[in-house]
Amino acid sequence: MLYDQLENNVRRSWFLLAGFVVVVLAAGYGFGLVFRAGPIGLIIAAIIAVILSWTSYRSGDKVVLRLSRAREVTPQEEPRLHNIVEGLAIAGGIPKPRVYVVEDAAPNAFATGRDPAHASIAVTRGLLDKMNRVELEGVIAHELSHVKNRDTLVMAITVTLVGILVLLADWTLRSFFWGVGGRDDRNGDGAAVFVVIGLVAAIFMPIMAKIMQMAVSRRREFYADASGVQLTRYPPGLISALEKLKADQTVVHTAVRATEALWIESPLQHQEGFMGRLNRLFDTHPPLDERIKVLREL
Amino acid sequence: MIALWIIIGVVVLLLLIFAGTYNRLVALRNRIDNAWSQIGVQLKRRYDLIPNLVNTVKGYAAHEKEIFEKVAEARNAAISAKTVPDQAQAENQITGALRQLFAVVEAYPDLKANQNFLALQEELTATEGRIAFARQFYNDTVLSYNNKVQQFPSRVIAGMFNFTPREFFQVEEAATGPVNVQF
Repeated sequence: MLYDQLENNVRRSWFLLAGFVVVVLAAGYGFGLVFRAGPIGLIIAAIIAVILSWTSYRSGDKVVLRLSRAREVTPQEEPRLHNIVEGLAIAGGIPKPRVYVVEDAAPNAFATGRDPAHASIAVTRGLLDKMNRVELEGVIAHELSHVKNRDTLVMAITVTLVGILVLLADWTLRSFFWGVGGRDDRNGDGAAVFVVIGLVAAIFMPIMAKIMQMAVSRRREFYADASGVQLTRYPPGLISALEKLKADQTVVHTAVRATEALWIESPLQHQEGFMGRLNRLFDTHPPLDERIKVLREL
Repeated sequence: MIALWIIIGVVVLLLLIFAGTYNRLVALRNRIDNAWSQIGVQLKRRYDLIPNLVNTVKGYAAHEKEIFEKVAEARNAAISAKTVPDQAQAENQITGALRQLFAVVEAYPDLKANQNFLALQEELTATEGRIAFARQFYNDTVLSYNNKVQQFPSRVIAGMFNFTPREFFQVEEAATGPVNVQF
């Protein structure tokens, strides 16, 4: 079962990278047509696509850690955390991941890295302060199973690639609006093309968000809970950790939509009312109550 | 002519399955050996920690000689043990003796507040956890190897090349029961 999940994730990562290359190549081809530059646009796009996908594969984890302002800690600084991570890594038969701390009062944690040999685990200061040893073990085991079945690979790639695409789309859209107000001497041909690009970009962003959500489906959280418990052999640890997370209302300040899917629990605020319910459609995490219920039935 | 090609195809396919299964068995068996050596690494870590701990406690509770001797004795027995069951028994003795040591420490508030002692205690608790986790991982690898050796069709190939089921690591009855602390 674990190996199925692993292969699925590796395949999904290649699919994401391929899709990204196609999108960038198409954009390059489009620009080439618009500016009558011929194949140069395509060549430049190919170079950009290769560099960006290579970067996201190699250093997606670093981007994620940087975005969340995580700081690597030594065993001397955080002996308890290091000991727990090392013990569970032994139980899972994987190398010990690097250990990071995010200085934030909200209890939360995430893992990243393209494979177990290049993995990192980050926890917030709030988690260290509020959880006891068995609870911390439950959370870390959950994160280690994300590493073991390569959820972290998919997530790191999605976060960087989607981030880049959204940024590009955003940028095109802005320059389009700016262009309309700022210049009136543009020829009709070019303006029409810009309108099209702008519209495409506007449609693009929600679709990208949707893809991101599909790639990091909610089911994997249940899965990581279950295989995490397989490491600790102690479901009550994770259950009481999740209950503490539920009771805690603070939000992680450095978390943004782009990295939301990575955390053990959604780091963003849950809204009430209609908008809240609408947003829940795009939730990256299943409700904690449901996760606790499933764990109780183990 | 077509029949010949089909036969060749089937033979090649069988060979591939054969080689794949054989390689998987070898990989699983090697993983067991690796998992076993991991347990040894963690046990060694505990042997190295014990003298430090005893010396720290001695500074505060020098007259608890009996318990220090017991710990040292169990440690020596474990290090010099030749067979796996012997070693397992000696390890259980260490665990028991250390629990008694920590029970004795309860009577010394100064010692309990000592930073050095607290760090050693954390390190020792973590090492005990690591030993347990290493044994758990060993048993997990034995399980997947034994499944492969005993299930059809891989058991046919396992039988041909003498892959035999391995034994699980089991904790003795004495170690799972509660420890009697005598003062």
